[in-house]
Formats: sequence, structure tokens, C-alpha cells
Amino acid sequence: MNKILPVLLIVLAMVLVAASTIHSSTLTPAATPQSAVDSLLNHVKMRDAPAAYRYVAKAGNTSPEDFARDVFGQDSNLRTYSALQQFNTKVLHEDDQQAVVRASLEWASAVGAVYDTRDLKVVREDNSWKVLWPVQPRAKVPPQVIPVNYLRWDIVTRGADDDWGAQNVDAPRVRIISMNPVEHDGNFILLGEIENEDTVPGFVSVEATLIGKDGQPFAQEESFDKISHVLLPKEISPFRIDFPNVSRSRIQSVHMQPNAMLVPASTDPVMGVIHQALQKDARGHLVLSGELMNQSGQTVNIPHVLATFYDNTGKVIWVSDGYVDQALVPQTPVAFSIGVRDDLAPQIHSYRVTVNQYSRDRVQ
Amino acid sequence: MNTLRRGFVLGVFCAASAFCTAQLRISVPVAAGAEVTLQAPGSGNTTLYLFGPGGASKRSVQRGAIKLSSDELKTAGHYTAILDGSSTSFFVIAASLDNVSFLAHPSRVPTNTGSAVTGTAFLFDRFHNLVLTPTPVSFRLALEETSGEERRVTSRDGVAWVQLNSGRRSGPARFTASSGDLEVRRVVQQVAADPCSIRMKAGHAPDGNILVETDPIRDCSGNAVPDGTIVTFTSVDEAGRSTVDARIKRGFARAELPPSHSATLTVAAGVVLGNEIHWGGGER
Repeated sequence: MNKILPVLLIVLAMVLVAASTIHSSTLTPAATPQSAVDSLLNHVKMRDAPAAYRYVAKAGNTSPEDFARDVFGQDSNLRTYSALQQFNTKVLHEDDQQAVVRASLEWASAVGAVYDTRDLKVVREDNSWKVLWPVQPRAKVPPQVIPVNYLRWDIVTRGADDDWGAQNVDAPRVRIISMNPVEHDGNFILLGEIENEDTVPGFVSVEATLIGKDGQPFAQEESFDKISHVLLPKEISPFRIDFPNVSRSRIQSVHMQPNAMLVPASTDPVMGVIHQALQKDARGHLVLSGELMNQSGQTVNIPHVLATFYDNTGKVIWVSDGYVDQALVPQTPVAFSIGVRDDLAPQIHSYRVTVNQYSRDRVQ
Repeated sequence: MNTLRRGFVLGVFCAASAFCTAQLRISVPVAAGAEVTLQAPGSGNTTLYLFGPGGASKRSVQRGAIKLSSDELKTAGHYTAILDGSSTSFFVIAASLDNVSFLAHPSRVPTNTGSAVTGTAFLFDRFHNLVLTPTPVSFRLALEETSGEERRVTSRDGVAWVQLNSGRRSGPARFTASSGDLEVRRVVQQVAADPCSIRMKAGHAPDGNILVETDPIRDCSGNAVPDGTIVTFTSVDEAGRSTVDARIKRGFARAELPPSHSATLTVAAGVVLGNEIHWGGGER
């Protein structure tokens, strides 16, 4: 009996190891359009591209490589640093041969949750349902030399052995050119714009302190990523500072503090924002969409779009932002879309889009 | 140490009473770093205690003419010497002007701006004592090969300061503070102010886009707005709004906007708006 028990345990351990390592080479065929989409997305969630691809319809002509690039990212874009967190699917239309399933996806990413809604066409193929997963063809930039001869700024600061009176270089002059406090969903939000009025680049941020009725500060927040931090000369950035769960009635005054620091910077890359338009998305919500065009010769890995909305008096009434999960390869337009508050639609008179960029290999 | 402390107590007592001061004599005024002779009546050895703002010392001396070395009197201020229970107090003033510490602010200033440049000169002797004697200081702010603006100020309590207007021309301006043979130089970069007006023209780019380009962009004094400044071109047509934040390069800003049959083109730098062109129509 003393010898049988260890032998049994070893055998059991081997069986469990074998069970966990041996995969079935075939996956369960999807019996319904919704289960096809669910199975595909479940494998994406597990980061198993080959298994997920087995639910992709051949009719879509999407190659396994293109599919993997689309769901797991390429060129160090935001999708590379994302994982599918959760999803919901809903059948919008279904007949014997094809169906449309709406998939609402939530990606956990390095910059927070990213939401995506896709209306996926599902077709019957080989006695099972498979998903048409259209992938934008990878932009092929023809071999060329793109001269980049834009200005860049370097800084030499005062040395430790200099006289105490020796002059240093000043931080750039920045100015808040507009500010509008609003209340939305129980939050107190400060919106506005800041301009670098100087002739040198600056790293800027805006800090706000709320002063209560008793004259004491009770909350302090910063613009965080709702601002373009690096501002070139005469560049204007929107900013938005959110104070969650703060009622306007508690506030006596607000102290705004723009901060600026002189930093080395380059004027490259230049990015165009083309064909911007307000329109409704698939769910009927108002979005601002358009295309980003990287006019430089180096890939921008993670573009960040900031939109400022104005009323007919030119007052900033909302600032929204969104990260684009595709990298911007040179000279190739990439679509973007950022959400707009539906209730503001009648008030929006004009808008302005600016683009932040994060580039892995770029030397500042 | 106890002896030094006893001497200090004695010094305080002597400084407070007229009794002790009668027997020691010193020639005044005393400049920092100068050698001074202290006259003590009598002969033989005794101990000298010297208290000043830079420290305290004790040493054996011969009565008669006692020399205080330059090292002992480097720091300006009030000194007390004690010898045989007698004391004398004297004041050491700063030596002659040897060093000017010059604070200039800002390091960059828009052209043609009133009272925009501040200069503050602190006058020191070679021992870093503030020279409290009123001393004339000249401040001058000028671009190379120009006369610029000059102001002469007399220092007060060792400090002289001035506020000057920036010049009309952009470039690195020499900002100097001088007194006697001493001159300290700083550089204040006079930079172009906001653009005075922006004018652009539009044409067809070889790839079918709309090519927009500004005329040379200058401030109201005629200085070229620096390269790297952001100029935003906007096109509004039936497809929506397109914007390009171009950078001024060699005085011009240029960008390509998407092709359109009919579009309104505008240009702006910061809060300064330029002209508007109706593409497919005429200029407004």
C-alpha cells in the first residue's frame, strides 16, 4: 500500500500534464453566427491567433498574417500593447446563408480601456459559420528618400561651476487663452486652451486647484493626457481637467496654474488631419471622424487625437480625445474617430483637431 | 576654548562700557583686506582677542604697534579687539569694487516691448563683500553694430538695477553692466513678436493636392518670425475640414491640403489670423 500511493500520484500527475499540453487539432465548428464570432473573439482574448483564424471565412481573402496584425498589432502601435478584455455580441440580422453580428469590444491598453464596435458579417462556409474579418490592406510605401530637414532645438543650461549670477535660459512663456468650467455627469470639468507664446518649444501642463466656500483648497487635478504636452512656438493645445464627483455648488473659485518647461524638441513630424466631419456612428452616436496623414518619413507608433469643440461665440464647450490603434506609416492616411457628447450636437459650431504623437525610435 | 569664551564675555562687557575703550587705538576707516595697526600702550607680551563677522581669533602679541593682517579683516562688518581687558570696536568696509554679479532677465524677449528687460548688478569687492558705497553702473542693451539703449544708475546698498525696452530688431542683444574697468556681459535674445499679418497663396501641387504657402511671415517691426513656429492651414469643403499644422521654415510655411473643387482656405499662427481664400472662387 505504501508503494502504490506514490505510483498512483505520479501516474495522475503525468495524465494531468499530458491533458494540459495536448491540444485537439480541430476546433468545434460554429453552429450559429453568434457562436462563430464568440469563438473567434474568445481565441483573440487568449491571444491564440491560429485558433481564432480558423473562424475567419475564406471568402474574405484575409491572410493569417494580416489577421494577426489586425488583432495583435504591428509597428509598435497601440494594439501591440493591448489585450481584448471583454466583448458583447448581438445578432443584427440573420438568414440561412449570412448574418450580421455587432461586436462591442473592450481592449485593455497601455493608455486605458479602448472601446471598439464592429458590425461583422458572418457567412455559412463548409457547413459552419465563419466570420468575414476585413482587414485594411497594409500600406506599402514605395521606396523613396523623404528629406526631413526641419528645425530641432537643443538646450545648453547653466553649469554647476558658473557664477550664481550667470544667466540661464528661461522656460517658455505660455498662456491660458480660454477657460470654461462645466458640469457633466456629476463631475466638474475645466476646459480651455493654452498657447505657447514663445519662440522655443515647451513641455506644458495645466494644474487646477478648487477653492471651497471656506476659502480652503479641497481638490487638485492635472490635465494628464487631455493636452498636447509638447507645444512648439505659437502652438495651441486644448486641455481638460476632470474633477470626478465634485459639484459646482461647493466651489468658490478655481486657481489655474499653467506650467512650462524648456525641452529639446523637433518640429518633425508634420501630421495632417484631413476630411474631418461630424457624423453618426453605427450606434447612432455623434462622432468626429477623419483621417490622419503622417507627412514625415518615419512611422508614428501611437497617434493621439485631441478635439476641441466651440459654440457660436467661440467658447470651448467640450474637449475629447482618443488614441488611434494603428501606427501612422509615412504618407498613408489612417482613419480616426472620437466620440462627441450627443447632447452638445446643437451647440457645436466649429471644432479643431490636434494630434499628439508617440514614436518609439524618434530622437527628440 | 574656555579662554576664548572668557574673552568674548569680556569683549561684550567692554563693548558696552566706555571704560575699556580708552586704551586701544586704531586708524579708521578700515577697508577689507587691508593691514591695520592697533596701538596698545605698554610693553611685553599679552593676548589679543579679535571678534568680527567672519569669526573670532586669539593670539599672543607684543604690546605697542600690533598688526592685524589682511586675512583677519577680509569680511566687512563690525569688529571688536580686546587686549588686557581693554577693547576697541571698529568697522571694516568693503574694499574697492572687484566683481559685478549681473542678473539679466529674461533670456528671450519679444522685440519692441516696453520695460521688458531687467538687469540687476550686485557690486562686490575681491572678498565677496557687498560694496555699499554708491557707485555708478552703466547698463547697455544693444544688438551688435547698433547703439542700443544705455542707462547710468548709481548703486544703492550695493545694488544697481534697471528696466529697459527691447529693441526693434531681432537677434542676440548684448546686455552689459559696467562699472569702472569691470564689465559683465549677458545675452538677451530679442525675438520676433507675434506675426503682424499672414498672407498665403494657393496653387496646385504636382500630386493634385492644394499647395498652400505663406509669404514671408514677419512681426510688426519687420522681423522674420522664427523657424519652427506653427502655422495652421485649414480647408473646409463638402468632405469636411482638413488641417495641417505646418512649421515655418526659412521664413515661409507651406503645406499640402487634400484636393477639392470648392474649399475655403484659412491660415493662422497662434491667435493671429491670416487671409482667407476661396478655392475655386476668388479671394475674400
